[in-house]
Amino acid sequence: MSEIVGQFQITYTRCLDPAGKPVGPLPDFARNPATVTALYRALVRTRTFDAKAIALQRTGRLGTYASSLGQEAVSVGCASAMRPEDVLLPSFREHGAQLLRGVTPLELFLYWGGDERGSAFAGPRQDFPNSVPVGSHTPHAAGVALAFKLRREPRVAVCVFGDGASSKGDVAEALNIAGVWQLPAVFVVSNNQWAISVPRASQTAAETLAQKAIAAGLPGEQVDGNDVVAVHAVVGAAVERARRGEGPSLVEALTYRLGDHTTADDASRYRDDAVVTPHWQEEPILRLRRYLTDAGLWSKQDEERLLHETSAEIDAAANAWLATPSLDPATMFEHTYAEPPADLAKQRDAMLASRAERATMAAAS
Amino acid sequence: MTEINLVQAVNLALARAMQDDDRVVVLGEDVGADGGVFRATDGLLKRFGAERVFDTPLAEAAIAGLSVGLAAQGFHPVAEIQFTGFIYPAIDQLANHASRLRTRTRGRITCPMVLRSPCGGGIHAPEHHSESPEAMFAHIPGLRVVIPSSPKRAYGLLLAAIRNPDPVVFLEPTRLYRTAREDVADDGVAAPLDRCFVVREGTELTLIAWGAMVKDALESADALARTGVSVEVIDVATLKPLDEETILASVKKTGRAVIVHEAPLTGGFGAEIAARIAEHALLSLLAPIERVAGYDTVIPLPRLEQHYFPDAVHISGAARRAMAYT
Repeated sequence: MSEIVGQFQITYTRCLDPAGKPVGPLPDFARNPATVTALYRALVRTRTFDAKAIALQRTGRLGTYASSLGQEAVSVGCASAMRPEDVLLPSFREHGAQLLRGVTPLELFLYWGGDERGSAFAGPRQDFPNSVPVGSHTPHAAGVALAFKLRREPRVAVCVFGDGASSKGDVAEALNIAGVWQLPAVFVVSNNQWAISVPRASQTAAETLAQKAIAAGLPGEQVDGNDVVAVHAVVGAAVERARRGEGPSLVEALTYRLGDHTTADDASRYRDDAVVTPHWQEEPILRLRRYLTDAGLWSKQDEERLLHETSAEIDAAANAWLATPSLDPATMFEHTYAEPPADLAKQRDAMLASRAERATMAAAS
Repeated sequence: MTEINLVQAVNLALARAMQDDDRVVVLGEDVGADGGVFRATDGLLKRFGAERVFDTPLAEAAIAGLSVGLAAQGFHPVAEIQFTGFIYPAIDQLANHASRLRTRTRGRITCPMVLRSPCGGGIHAPEHHSESPEAMFAHIPGLRVVIPSSPKRAYGLLLAAIRNPDPVVFLEPTRLYRTAREDVADDGVAAPLDRCFVVREGTELTLIAWGAMVKDALESADALARTGVSVEVIDVATLKPLDEETILASVKKTGRAVIVHEAPLTGGFGAEIAARIAEHALLSLLAPIERVAGYDTVIPLPRLEQHYFPDAVHISGAARRAMAYT
């Protein structure tokens, strides 16, 4: 005898189609024009930062940079669904979420320019720095969520990672633990369809990445990741479920990486532009602007004013970054341990001595 | 005072730390109802409850990763990895995250966690239960690496590790767990985390060892004393950061250094100590530095493991060579 002992379904949610037309009644929050225009502003601010970062990198004034072009709605939708006291654990493409949570454009320029002060966030003090090692920050989210649960704090850990990360054991371990302990965590796969050169289809035979939640015993669902209204709604519901003590979730946000993996990458080596072109019709900013314009909530003047304001803000931050001197090299010894041990202090002193010697030699020549 | 063994001393320190500080939590595989496969966490669940002591799913990377998240939130997690052979999935978390969070955020987020694990061979265990990987951890900036050699040392060093604001890898030599017994006062006094211990004073030769090998070094020192050689023995105990001052002072006094470790020779932590002696005490040396270590082989299964470990014969041989060198 055989019988079915387990079944699952994965839902897909979209509020606005690529033309900006509502596909059904919008969520309650979207009836407030100020909320939706705030999301739009956050998307535009993110893309303005992104364009500036690429321009700075191309002219040798920033390090290797991972663009979020086309994926801004996932980032902004997640952060807008969080409270300030929640904790964000991002991978390395969530500039939109970081900016919305109060990381400053200057801090982001510092980070991508290669300066540790960029992760010393003055704003969201408990948010994690970017995780460059893929997916290995997901267990941290479980640990942060466990801390909230142990302290009985109504707070949520939100962890964002990519489609490539979904293949990693760390992610499976983190989802599993979050599930078995019913931790207040929300895991978001920002599925941009590419792990550098490897397309989503080559990453796993599973039909969706959301269903990876099912084996861990937590709900998994998909959302249109280029529809910021839908991301905010779906992630927001997951965050509030977690906050109420009803357990963790996995959300797969379907988006598309319109740019290269990073500024060190050349995507033309592995994908044709023709593959990318149709996705420009689905991108999140165009979509929301169409909606806002159709609804009479956004004018040409609003757009021009916003572009002017964000450019001025980002340009000022870029100038501040370019005007920020490097830290004194000896500061690299400051935070290896709470106090430098004796042998490390000796190495610091040796560095200072060699610098003094170099200065003397330079002065003599 | 009660006479207890090393695993009981670990248990005593854990209980003490948990009693003194609500932020201390214990996690790992089988650490709850089972009290740990070596019983290091015995009784803690009953005494402190399920919100302070939790069994994790069987996932070493996540045990370390969870600890990073807890520590970032202000807890002081003490995680157990059941055997060092299973610690490798956790190295990513230690090397990429735990050891770097402080630097990466310029002190905004710190990682006061302890990863405890039994280490070394000699208890007739199955495969992958007998490794000595301390040198790997000692190579990671931002980590501390501690290995106790006696019940008293285990108590004081573990308390210090738990109270320390940085991540500590705490390796407990399995074959000492139930052998030596010592009076250990549960006085809550932590041992220094940046100091080697001179466990026997002498004038002609310095034996430098840690963990289980300290016992063999002391036995060799006794045997050498009977042949008229005065041997000083140093228990390194805190490999990272290394207290080179104590080692150098001893070698400058005796002029001879024999370094003993169970881990394989090549790239072992003995190489680091030998280099420091060569850099800073070369002209005090009356003989070449000797290293007595495990072979560069996979540690054999129990039937042959006794032939793998450095023992008193190897140590005394090296000491005699150093004494005879002219």
